[in-house]
Amino acid sequence: MSVWSQFVDAADHVVRPLRQAWRTSVSLRVVATTLALSLIVVGLVGALLLQRICSGVLDAKVRASVVEAGSGAAESQRLLDAADTGPTTPTASRLVDTVTAALAQRAGSPGLYDVLLLASPPKTGDEPERGTNLISEISVPPDLRISVQDHQRQAWTYTDIRYLDNHSSPGLAVGAPLAIPGVGKYELYYLFPLSQEQATLDLVKRAVFLVGALLVLSLGGIAYVVTRQVVSPVRMAARTAEKFSSGQLSERMSVRGEDDLALLATSFNTMASNLQDKITRLEDLSRVQQRFVSDVSHELRTPLTTVRMAADVMYENRDEFEPAMARSSELLQTQLDRFEELLADLLEISRFDAGAATLDPEGIDARSLVNRAVESAEPFAAAKGTKIRVVSPDESIFVELDSRRIDRVLRNLVLNAVEHGEGRPIDVTLGSDGTAMAVTVRDHGVGLRPGESSLVFNRFWRADPSRARTVGGTGLGLSIALEDVRLHGGWLEAWGEPGDGAAFRMTLPMKSGAAFTESPLPLVPADAGPRVHASLATPYRSPRREGIAT
Amino acid sequence: MYGVKGRVLVVDDDTALSEMLGIVLRTEGFEPVFCGDGARALAVFRETRPDLVLLDLMLPGRDGIDVCRSIRAESGVPIVMLTAKTDTIDVVLGLESGADDYVVKPFKPKELVARVRTRLRRIDEPADENLRIGDLEIDVSGHAVRRGDEQILLTPLEFDLLVALARKPKQVISREVLLQDVWGYRHAADTRLVNVHVQRLRSKIEHDPENPQIVTTVRGVGYKAGSA
Repeated sequence: MSVWSQFVDAADHVVRPLRQAWRTSVSLRVVATTLALSLIVVGLVGALLLQRICSGVLDAKVRASVVEAGSGAAESQRLLDAADTGPTTPTASRLVDTVTAALAQRAGSPGLYDVLLLASPPKTGDEPERGTNLISEISVPPDLRISVQDHQRQAWTYTDIRYLDNHSSPGLAVGAPLAIPGVGKYELYYLFPLSQEQATLDLVKRAVFLVGALLVLSLGGIAYVVTRQVVSPVRMAARTAEKFSSGQLSERMSVRGEDDLALLATSFNTMASNLQDKITRLEDLSRVQQRFVSDVSHELRTPLTTVRMAADVMYENRDEFEPAMARSSELLQTQLDRFEELLADLLEISRFDAGAATLDPEGIDARSLVNRAVESAEPFAAAKGTKIRVVSPDESIFVELDSRRIDRVLRNLVLNAVEHGEGRPIDVTLGSDGTAMAVTVRDHGVGLRPGESSLVFNRFWRADPSRARTVGGTGLGLSIALEDVRLHGGWLEAWGEPGDGAAFRMTLPMKSGAAFTESPLPLVPADAGPRVHASLATPYRSPRREGIAT
Repeated sequence: MYGVKGRVLVVDDDTALSEMLGIVLRTEGFEPVFCGDGARALAVFRETRPDLVLLDLMLPGRDGIDVCRSIRAESGVPIVMLTAKTDTIDVVLGLESGADDYVVKPFKPKELVARVRTRLRRIDEPADENLRIGDLEIDVSGHAVRRGDEQILLTPLEFDLLVALARKPKQVISREVLLQDVWGYRHAADTRLVNVHVQRLRSKIEHDPENPQIVTTVRGVGYKAGSA
């Protein structure tokens, strides 16, 4: 792994939670936005303020300094002109010293300013130059000197005052030309230190920064508090809704005040109450239904048992009856069988409808289930002259399922195939891929017309109402099979092609309650005709149906 | 007919069904006795000492499950439940309260008689056979199981189940085979019968029923006698 990608990874570790927080937290977004915007505003205001104070403080100083320097220069010139008195003219250095001393005296002690007396070019080399208090010549910027020399009048600029002992301070330099009779052209520079003003401005600057920072932070805090006021009821609403949807139907929001949020809480509570009412009513209905199914079951079954036994006794002794009686007892017998089956199937369906069906999974080898279902269909298949071929893996396929239900599904699929298989062979295939197992039952009978592959699971549906039933089925078999498979979280799908037979595929998770995404076996058989196309049923892939919690 | 094959106590509140059961049982050579009230069932049971009890699970007076439990508490007599409920919870509850087998209404007379016969079959069983399994000694003819000197009391059905497993030690026996050998079912998929009774058997013969050593489960296949 390169250093760069490590860096990217590390950055990702930091950025991702931040992005996550940004996306999920309203308060974070509001506080961050407030901080950013108030930072800009306070920054602008602070800069403006500083600029105003700064120029205010300095302008006054500059005006005073320029006046002072002007009068000082005029004074010096006067002094020099007065000293120009013919032959008794003092030496150049005396003159310059006198002027410097006079100026230093004007400046007071400690000096309000320093002065530099510099000779203007062209220099001869013996013009004396003087300054007060170890002031260095480089304190005067060259631009100022040029300006004074060229225009021969007063000029000023800000500068950095440097002393010969190497310390410096910000200052103001004001220059003026000075002519020393008998010596030459000079420039007189006033250097006003601005330390005082600088200190004041620094203080103001610090204060502005501090106030600005406090302002920004408190605005952020205010934003946080304000958002919380709005967000926390919203969060509470979300939490309440979550609890509600997880089944705690009595969960409600607390209503405080009469504002918009209280309105939200009130509407939420109204909705929750209405939902709770509806759900409770449905639950009651379901309970009544279950109760009813259970009662019907018992109440019907007991007399039916008696009738059944009586019919059986008569049937056993039918040889002793006259023909009409004997036939009647036979009819009674077969129709009782049919009635019993129908009753059992109806009760089973209503148990599914009431959400009362429960899964009772156990570990079992899927091969034994398939073999058992095929064996039980053998007698009927033999009577129809149908051959059932089973293809299953050599190793065991261990699955967790409700064997009573899946056994019923498989029997149903195999019997169904025999019934519609027109005596042609039936292929039962078992396969698994580790997460799911599948059984396909393929017949080569009349097949299904387009669209019928989804209808086969409908209750009491018949492909051809005029066709006689030989197995006697109740018409509920495939509906129950579908419910059984769905209870396992599996799929039951049908495929069919007119004249090319039909195939049913049951796919189940190997582990009870596990999920799978594809079936280990194809639904459309490999030997299917070329006209295989969109006659696939929409597969039932709904999640397992949950009973209503009571 | 060789006279009375066995006395069967029918506990059912539905008089029509009771009467019909009586007709069928009598035809098959059994001697039926009736009781239509759960509260009186135990008294009638003590009075008549039947060889088998047919018990309806829904009874007025006293719940069939309750009756089943109290009969089982004092006798190993075979009990066959008559039930209208097929939900696992109802079936398992009945079996756990002590019933040996169950018949779901509506049933055919032959089916019922087959169940009753299987449960009474032991009367004409072959003689003299002794089996050992784990630290248990089984005297097949004497219907006795001993651990050392201690006699372990099993119901006839539990005894049959243990013998079926002990006769083929170290072999895995599937639930289907057990259903056929012990209960006489030929094509039954209801393994709940086996599961519940193996549990009950274990609670009597195992040192630690949670961690069985004598009757062990072979996942997905069945059971075997003796640990692996």
